[in-house]
Amino acid sequence: MRKGDEWSMAEVSADPGLESRLDQLLRENDGVVRVEQISEVVEAVLATLSGDLTATDIRVYRELEELVSYIHIARQEIAALRPDEIQSHYIPSATDELDAIVEATEVATNEILDAVEIIENLQDRVDPEIAEIIANNTTRIYESCNFQDITGQRITKVVKALKHIEDKVEALVAALWERNEDGSASPDGKPKKETTDDSDLLNGPQLPANAFRQEDIDALFASFG
Amino acid sequence: MAVDKNMRVLIVDDYKTMLRIIRNLLKQLGFVNVDEATDGAQALQMLRSGNYGLVISDWNMEPMTGLQLLREVRADPKMKAVPFIMVTAESKSENVIAAKEAGVSNYVVKPFNAETLKSKMVSVLGDF
Repeated sequence: MRKGDEWSMAEVSADPGLESRLDQLLRENDGVVRVEQISEVVEAVLATLSGDLTATDIRVYRELEELVSYIHIARQEIAALRPDEIQSHYIPSATDELDAIVEATEVATNEILDAVEIIENLQDRVDPEIAEIIANNTTRIYESCNFQDITGQRITKVVKALKHIEDKVEALVAALWERNEDGSASPDGKPKKETTDDSDLLNGPQLPANAFRQEDIDALFASFG
Repeated sequence: MAVDKNMRVLIVDDYKTMLRIIRNLLKQLGFVNVDEATDGAQALQMLRSGNYGLVISDWNMEPMTGLQLLREVRADPKMKAVPFIMVTAESKSENVIAAKEAGVSNYVVKPFNAETLKSKMVSVLGDF
């Protein structure tokens, strides 16, 4: 609930000071109130209902009861997911494993290149026919070693996605359980970008089914003249 | 005019194995005067202090991308004419369009083979 939202209720025999409590709550929290605070307010509203209840009173009462119950259940279900473990253990563990893959493939690729360079340097010491075979096949190996660059970029994409998920989990945890250290409200997500910039061009390698082949690139490039 | 294979070539990529692969492929083509940079900012510094006949650059690097490097090169009167080949995994049409608009000389998509690299160099430098 944010400052500016109308707080309207059906006719209810409520404590007239309740509205001022709500206004105070919004002021104290810079216009953003956490769900457990909403729950407290709702319970306070229920407690203030007194006297003969009208049909409207009963309807509002039930809806507020359901709202409180929903909030409690949602918090329990989210807590059961152990978002703190996701944030502090599983995601960092996954990103560490992925970083290790990149490092391992880099080490292996360098080992391959070391060996290939040694073989390539033998060309001057063998007859031309053998030298040509060496040249052709060392070239094939260099071409194949492109894989390390591609896998590294794909893994980087995955790591970024995991970190994005981690940020969302952190925001969820902060919103539902604790205030940030500076007392500010938790973010409810980054605003949608209104304009595109160069960062939108950073997509990394495409999946094989979607990727442009070199021929496609050549054709598009040539179309510019 | 014959291509001077002794020209200085700058290769730019944040993956050192890729730098090594491109260096070895260039060596096979007879280009041995090759310098390396691991990001656009380092490359720009080298380009400003050196006299390079060709730049072969990746796109996806930090803190300066290959596209940003290209724009800087084309904006500098001293080096705006240097041939610049983008070698990158970025393969969407908007990437090619953006690179072309920025003044790229040619575009190679990873993974690539030696023949493709050579053909793009020939298209930019002339036969060798």
